[in-house]
Amino acid sequence: MTATESPSTDAASSGVIGQRLLRKEDARLLTGEGRFIDDLQIPGALWMGMVRSPFAHARIGNIDTSAAAAMPGVRHVFTGDDLHDAWIDAMPCAWPVTDDMKAPPHWPVARDKACYAGDIVAVVVAESRYQAADAVDAVVVDYDPLDAVVDIEDAASDRVVIHEDLGTNRSYTWTLSPDAEAVDRAFAEAAHTVSERYVQQRLIPTAMEPRGVAAVPGVYGGDLTVYSATQIPHILKIMIAATCGVPEHKVRVIAPAVGGGFGSKLNVYAEELIAVTLARRLGVPTRWTEGRTEAATSTIQGRGQVQHIELAADAEGKVTAVRVKLLADMGAYMQLVTPGIPLLGAFLYHGVYDVPAYHFECTGVFTTCTPTDAYRGAGRPEATYAVERAMDALAREVGVDGPEIRRRNYIAPDKFPYESIAGLTYDSGNYEPTLDRALELVGYDDLRAEQRRRREAGETKHLGIGVTTYVEMCGLAPSRVLASLNYGAGGWEAATVRMLPTGMVQVVSGSTPHGQGHETSWSQIVADRLGIDPDHVEVLHSDTAISPIGMDTYGSRSLPVGGVAVAMATDQVIAKARTIAAHQLECAEDDLELVAGELRVRGTPSKSMTLQEVAYGAFTAHDLPDGVEPNLMAQVTYDPPNFVFPFGTHVAVVDIDEETGHVELVDYAAVDDCGPQVNPMIVEGQLHGGIVQGVAQALWEEAVYDDDGNLRNPSLIDYCVPSSAEVPSIKLDNTVTPSPSNLLGVKGIGEAGTIGSAPTVINAIVDALAPLGITDIAMPAHPERVWAAIRDARATSGPAGEGAP
Amino acid sequence: MQITLFVNGEERSSDVEPRRLLVHHLRDDLGLTGTNVGCDTSSCGACTVLLDGESVKACTVLAVQADGRSVTTIEGLAATAADGDGAGLHPMQQAFHAEHGLQCGFCTPGMVMAAVSLLEENPQPTEQDVRLGLEGNLCRCTGYHNIVRAVLAAAGDEVSA
Amino acid sequence: MIPAPFDYQRATSVDEAIGLLGEHGDDAKLLAGGHSLLPLMKLRLAAPAVLVDIGGIGDLSFVEDGGGTVRIGALTRHHDLATSQLAHEQVPLLAHVAGQIGDPQVRHRGTVGGSIAHGDPASDLPAALLALRGTVVVRGPGGEREVAADDFFTGFLETALGPDEVLTEIRVPAVAGVGWAFEKFNRRAQDWAIVGVAAVLSNGSGGPGVGLVNMGSAPLRAAGVEDALRSGSSAADAAARADEGTEPPDDLNASPEYRRHLAQVLTRRALQTAGA
Repeated sequence: MTATESPSTDAASSGVIGQRLLRKEDARLLTGEGRFIDDLQIPGALWMGMVRSPFAHARIGNIDTSAAAAMPGVRHVFTGDDLHDAWIDAMPCAWPVTDDMKAPPHWPVARDKACYAGDIVAVVVAESRYQAADAVDAVVVDYDPLDAVVDIEDAASDRVVIHEDLGTNRSYTWTLSPDAEAVDRAFAEAAHTVSERYVQQRLIPTAMEPRGVAAVPGVYGGDLTVYSATQIPHILKIMIAATCGVPEHKVRVIAPAVGGGFGSKLNVYAEELIAVTLARRLGVPTRWTEGRTEAATSTIQGRGQVQHIELAADAEGKVTAVRVKLLADMGAYMQLVTPGIPLLGAFLYHGVYDVPAYHFECTGVFTTCTPTDAYRGAGRPEATYAVERAMDALAREVGVDGPEIRRRNYIAPDKFPYESIAGLTYDSGNYEPTLDRALELVGYDDLRAEQRRRREAGETKHLGIGVTTYVEMCGLAPSRVLASLNYGAGGWEAATVRMLPTGMVQVVSGSTPHGQGHETSWSQIVADRLGIDPDHVEVLHSDTAISPIGMDTYGSRSLPVGGVAVAMATDQVIAKARTIAAHQLECAEDDLELVAGELRVRGTPSKSMTLQEVAYGAFTAHDLPDGVEPNLMAQVTYDPPNFVFPFGTHVAVVDIDEETGHVELVDYAAVDDCGPQVNPMIVEGQLHGGIVQGVAQALWEEAVYDDDGNLRNPSLIDYCVPSSAEVPSIKLDNTVTPSPSNLLGVKGIGEAGTIGSAPTVINAIVDALAPLGITDIAMPAHPERVWAAIRDARATSGPAGEGAP
Repeated sequence: MQITLFVNGEERSSDVEPRRLLVHHLRDDLGLTGTNVGCDTSSCGACTVLLDGESVKACTVLAVQADGRSVTTIEGLAATAADGDGAGLHPMQQAFHAEHGLQCGFCTPGMVMAAVSLLEENPQPTEQDVRLGLEGNLCRCTGYHNIVRAVLAAAGDEVSA
Repeated sequence: MIPAPFDYQRATSVDEAIGLLGEHGDDAKLLAGGHSLLPLMKLRLAAPAVLVDIGGIGDLSFVEDGGGTVRIGALTRHHDLATSQLAHEQVPLLAHVAGQIGDPQVRHRGTVGGSIAHGDPASDLPAALLALRGTVVVRGPGGEREVAADDFFTGFLETALGPDEVLTEIRVPAVAGVGWAFEKFNRRAQDWAIVGVAAVLSNGSGGPGVGLVNMGSAPLRAAGVEDALRSGSSAADAAARADEGTEPPDDLNASPEYRRHLAQVLTRRALQTAGA
């Protein structure tokens, strides 16, 4: 670890922050005690089954529910017509990115037309999960199939218009062009230019826990409790009120243990709204758990872009302008933040480089596929991929290696805070040390020597080394910035810290974990500042009755927004404790110092009060200063002044078998910087998982549609989420460049691994094959694709090597 | 159909439909919800339990096929530890905790059971043995790095970063 | 994700199973480990009205010396075969292949007989059985017959097994010390092979044997490769004939053209590993 600066904070640290504290969450999850949505036992609950369109685009004709309704255990079957007045508003899209954005109303159950294979057309309600599954198969729907539109560029042509009322498949065009003339000038004067086209394939997020929901109505009391495998219980509560017409104060949403999300559970889904509506209509609890193969089309997908990126550079390869045009696949409808996903990358297509001219535009297009939305990184992996691939293209053009082109272009460390041409203020950064260290971890020079040796020997096992330096904006988000982007909510986070009469501490977090380990990290933040044992801190979350105020977990926001709120609330508790202790010890507040959970009068060690004593004193309220309320608690709602900008350099080493096209990832090193780490063990875990998720995009995963709009690989048999057998151990190191934007100096790290890794792997593959004239391999770089590229390159450039058959 | 299973050391008799999957029997009939369902194609391994001591995917076994046999789920694992009185954790559970081998925890019960079975058959595996031996269990959070370390640690190997 | 309802019958002997099959005809399916059938039933791609569970028949799980042959009972699990000392010594190819099927959980349940009877061209064991010139023993109302592997796999998921017959064992020649190799190419370790090649330098017919995985609608042998080897061709030359007579499938993982190429590469590698 290389400390380049130390964070400035108000409270003294007792050294708990920075420890590799083992997780508090583990015991229950390791023993089966953790309760996920499908584990809940809900007396009297009826199981829902969704009848889904098998056609990507079809008019819905007659629906014969009679056979299904007559089956054992089946209580009801509802069609779209039956439910046409069930909702007061269509499903929410919280991010209309432009004033003229076109979007169709999206109802939970389709009525006239299905617009993707998986669109719900009817709902069965049965006494058991098995009976519901049987009944789904028995509903007979007449469809009149229409042409599907799968390809984004085809969709943009309006050959087939999906939503007739809109008149076009083009939903919006969003432009960021601070100075178009400057961009044109830079390209006109450039010594080198590169123009690249990349495809971000659609991905199926595949959190290991499928989604699920249960709605429990209070028939006479009027209340409603909704359990959902969601990342966003707070947002869901508001949206249930807005769409189902349940008064918000009557709704309680609980996210039980949630088995991963990666953005796919950052949404408001049809099944949630159907569960609520039917529970209220039927007066009994309703529930549904997604099947995995069902999930492939019923849960949002990620990515889905065609990217055009151009770089202009001077003779030395110093980039002078970046120009980007995207087509982004919305899918059939807008889900919660679908249109905004490309915008989360819009500011980052010049990456870590000091670039003076910039143009970005994105057109969102409807297709007859499952809607896209946030998937780990959301817009930023796409941006990083484009600029980091293009930088390697530029390196080839200029005749230098990947590291060198980056060194020539990095934003210099003395330029931070850096005002980017795209309009952001990068809070802090120092990129080159991460590159140096990452190259050292893989033994870069030796690898290059081995690569030369193999090439000279004409071997058919090709070695490639890929490098990426990324920066991302995370910690969503300053509310005023969100307002300028037309986002429908703020980006603050809430935290409450209360010391109980016995000195134990409860933290209430508005940020809602689903694997990130908030209970451990938040405990460390509080314990560090109070000087107490982290085991004396309990973190409460994910239930809107317990934690009524929150903005939930996504966009690597938990620590830099929610964690900072926890620290601020803790400081307020300390301040109040000082007031009470000063009063009771009859000293000035400034004379008190907080050491190991005790407020001591400086110079008079005998005069002190433990925080526990102060808390008890607050509880009894026998001797409080005038105007001080009898409690030791504080609530903070923190709106960050800026995003935070973690960064790092990743290096991948691949072996490519020319004869089969098989790419083996043989080494991977990542040196990341997210400022001071609250718990390095948890940070590393986030990176390991994130990196493999990005590697999976590069090598294995793609939602493959046929021309009729059928997803060809909906199951985990064909959708290749990698196992332990396919990936190597990962080498990690870090630097520490604190953010000046927040009290803890911290930056988010949940998405960083995924943002850095896909371009790193593809850069390595292209690095290996560049001598053959190969400059691109589309993702995923599956064996046939690689084999065919090599074969085609050999066919144009010369005969195969010795070993080929 | 009437069946009797020996689940975590206890005899459990039930009347089940022949098509009832073992995983649903454990979860919905016997209330042992620690064993999770992560897919429908026998791919993900989240539902892994021990059937007569060996790892199987409980989504691909009919409850009637387990009639008369012994089933160990994650809930019963601690009790099978050498010093197990049920209060502590099995060494594999301890290793997953110590090495941060879990995040969201959904794949974890199946992963732990698969790892227990792996070490039963190969007590001193190499890293590659572990990586291949867990090929039938998918995890989306950890990138497997710390899972592999945990299994090696449970096997008694020194684990380096 | 849930099978359609069915009637469940347990057979405690092969004869009882034969009787139940005769009674229910095409509506019935045999259930052993269930790892070929249950996945199809869960996706409702198969919905037999009757399942006859033969998993409890005790005397069909064995790996035994048959004097010049190795006999493997139909209910022997892949795991048992993969860890059988006898198999490792006498038919190491088969033991190795059994250890490459699916994943450990699958190998703990899936049976040799189930895999062979399913006749899936993407399965590993049929290719090894073909390479070895093994035989399949089936029993029906009329008694027992032994079918050469070459005659057993008749089409896509179709075999010579009659509707009221039960596969009881497979027999393979004992080929201790003979060179062998199995090359399995897939994207993930747990996946079915995109292409696989099982090779043995001397099998029951006294010649080389090469079986191919996923190169046609049924499990098949690379007869051209075997001919070439018999006539003295080098491994590389023989391997160039690996795709002769194949009709490889076109799917998400590979085009037929790529599979043909892979068959050649993997066959060459297998033969070289085997010492050809």
